[in-house]
Amino acid sequence: MSLLSIQNLKLSIHGTPILKGVSLDVAQGEIVAITGESGSGKSLTAFSVMQLLPRGTGTTGSIQLDGTELLNASDAAMCDLRGNDIGMVFQEPMTALNPLMTIGDQVMETILLHTSATRDEARIKAEETLTRVGLSPEKFKLSRFPHELSGGQRQRVVIAMAIALRPRLLIADEPTTALDVTTQAQILDLLKDLVQDFGMGLLMITHDLAVVSDMADRIVVMRHGDVVETGETSTLFSNMQHDYTRALFAASSHEVDLPDNTRPDDALLVVKDAVRDYPKPRTQLFAPREYTRAVNGISFTLKKGERIGLVGESGCGKSTLTRAILGLEPLQGGSITAFGEEVAPDMPAALRAGLQVVFQDPYGSFNPRHKVARIVTEPFHLLPDPPKGKDRQNRISEALIAVGLRPSDADKYIHAFSGGQRQRIAIARALIIRPELIIFDEAVSALDVSIRAQILDLIAALTQSHDLSYLFISHDLSVVRTITDRVLVMKDGQIVEDGPTEHVFSHPKHPYTASLIAAAPTLPDVKGPINVPT
Amino acid sequence: MLRYSLKRLLSLVISLIIASLVIFLVIEVAPGDPASFMLGINAQEDTLNALREELGLNQSKFERYVSWSKGMLLGDFGTSYTYRTPVAQMVADRLWVSLPLALYALALSTIIAFPAGIYAASRRGGAGDVSIMGATQLGVAIPNFWFAMMLVLVFAINLRWFSAGGFPGWEEGFFNGIKALTLPAIALALPQAAILARVMRSSLLDILNEDFIRTARAKGLSRRQALWRHALRNALIPVLTIIGLQFSFLLAGSIIIEQVFYLPGLGRLVFQSISQRDLIVVESVVMLLVFAVIVVNFIVDLAYAWVDPRLRSRS
Repeated sequence: MSLLSIQNLKLSIHGTPILKGVSLDVAQGEIVAITGESGSGKSLTAFSVMQLLPRGTGTTGSIQLDGTELLNASDAAMCDLRGNDIGMVFQEPMTALNPLMTIGDQVMETILLHTSATRDEARIKAEETLTRVGLSPEKFKLSRFPHELSGGQRQRVVIAMAIALRPRLLIADEPTTALDVTTQAQILDLLKDLVQDFGMGLLMITHDLAVVSDMADRIVVMRHGDVVETGETSTLFSNMQHDYTRALFAASSHEVDLPDNTRPDDALLVVKDAVRDYPKPRTQLFAPREYTRAVNGISFTLKKGERIGLVGESGCGKSTLTRAILGLEPLQGGSITAFGEEVAPDMPAALRAGLQVVFQDPYGSFNPRHKVARIVTEPFHLLPDPPKGKDRQNRISEALIAVGLRPSDADKYIHAFSGGQRQRIAIARALIIRPELIIFDEAVSALDVSIRAQILDLIAALTQSHDLSYLFISHDLSVVRTITDRVLVMKDGQIVEDGPTEHVFSHPKHPYTASLIAAAPTLPDVKGPINVPT
Repeated sequence: MLRYSLKRLLSLVISLIIASLVIFLVIEVAPGDPASFMLGINAQEDTLNALREELGLNQSKFERYVSWSKGMLLGDFGTSYTYRTPVAQMVADRLWVSLPLALYALALSTIIAFPAGIYAASRRGGAGDVSIMGATQLGVAIPNFWFAMMLVLVFAINLRWFSAGGFPGWEEGFFNGIKALTLPAIALALPQAAILARVMRSSLLDILNEDFIRTARAKGLSRRQALWRHALRNALIPVLTIIGLQFSFLLAGSIIIEQVFYLPGLGRLVFQSISQRDLIVVESVVMLLVFAVIVVNFIVDLAYAWVDPRLRSRS
């Protein structure tokens, strides 16, 4: 008999059906991954098991843990099970811990709540558990607060809280999505080990097929609240039955058709020995200020027509470098020139017009009270003589058509668009002023794989039609590999490797590059072409 | 924590110096002659000269500031022109009424607001929440002088449980003093409690939506346990801010209530000395109130650090 058995689970929120009959099983010692795009209902399935659902949720069907029915169990009964028989790990380690409580107290709380252990016994048990997840008490005292730990370390604390009492079932909701690749690899290894050691069942939710293929024994593919396909990982990947699974797989390993770069090599952007310091908080009132060097002597040249990728883990300085290149913050040393002129916070508007940017968050980077026409035409204020009337209309239509939207979309507000469409609008906003160079700052990181594939295709097509050069900043190596022809690898404020993308990926010279590539989860090779439904 | 406290203390001292300069400049150096302002337009020239001499207006501005601030530090606030008594004594007498009244009102408001806010947040959208929020709407809307008069009508005139006003002095015993301050404290506390309860509720609701509350629930804490163990302390920060502001207000802003209950408090002293143009008293009381506000802010800052470890380690 399986450990967890979900049968025909239907869930609606305020009458809107979200899950339409989900069935799946998790056996003891088995890792089952639910995958699918946003809105597929994968997280709600996990939260149904915990019975931690938003208000106004109605559920029918059955969720059984070792034969005990969980669905519509009393909250008191569920409180006994949560943390004791079922542990849960969440997506966002930065906010999953109480900022005012020490990590020791937070791990001990699970133990004290469910057992009759004294505080001293609980402390010993918490130390053991934290050691097990890789935070030995010698280095990470129990009296530390969450803000004194990195994201990966915090995720270990969350895992320690979830496994302290060796639950029979562990649920992990996108446990590594917010983490860097090397940290992700470590956390995934830890989870795998724990499942083996404790014989737990692990129900893992992730959108990342590559992670799934590395981790799971069995896969459940969900779409719009339905399970579309389920099976053993190896058989499922080699013999995909459902069109949607195939489409998802194809989108995850999507490679764009990047046109060759055959242009003369005028330098568009020259970064020379750039240095960017941030003041540290003062430790003494009258002592001289200390500085953190976020960008430490970086030099590279982006020539016309080049598509350069910039990769590195969080904290490596890539965002700082981006802001300096955009002329938003001053340099403390070296220089950045674009189109032959110095880039600085006080640079002329005409220079800014040649240099546009597309940001990561398709939800936060627009004013919700403006119509698309106004959003898209924002860069026009950089022009001495912005187009007016009919000319302006034409430019808006042209930009919207170029990114695959309709000219009539100009009169709508931003909330009428999906995440992918918003990212198209962001690209239209960058394109409308016909810049020579666009900076894509994690521009596809927040998108679902199928949408991401479409946006990447759009960017590739635009390089040809609009004569674009770009700097593509991302933590996602597979994306950078397909969308750029040269790549810079950044670590601790310095560029440790610079070369043609394919060459760097197949023959990394610097050990850091090699470790990044090794840590990145990869999709299995599937023999034969995948038939992608259109 | 020690470093943080020292830094806050330093900023307290700097604030006090700046505040004293501003008050001094506004009252003494601003255009116009303080002496002729105090005596009115019909004053005789030799009376004016005598007052100028007494106020030290013949000295340089710098000397005046130094001797004024030195006096303040040593507790010598000068002599009231109208009453011919030391200002320090007058202020001290009033403070013995105003300070207990403010503390009493603040305690009442906190005792009412915390349970009300916590209860409303834990029953979000329920009947309890709706009725408490309705009551706080009323509490904010009702003018406190009207409410004070109703209290007098019901509890002093009809039921005769309390006297309708006045203050017997602490010499008559602690209980009698507290009894005399009870109705004014309730009148002052109620609108403050309404505001504080609303802040408490909304702050708690924000925190209850945080990820770490979900983590706590996933550990097996009940809704109630998660609220008391994890949400409450996190929700305190905005509440502390409001409490600090309210105390400052209660100390000086109770003029109307002091009038209604005929209490010899600081508010009335300021009011009287302004209408009598007694600049020396005004200056001293204003400085004292500024001092109180700054000290309360200092205490609130320390309370923040006590609640939030991130503040402790940042410094």
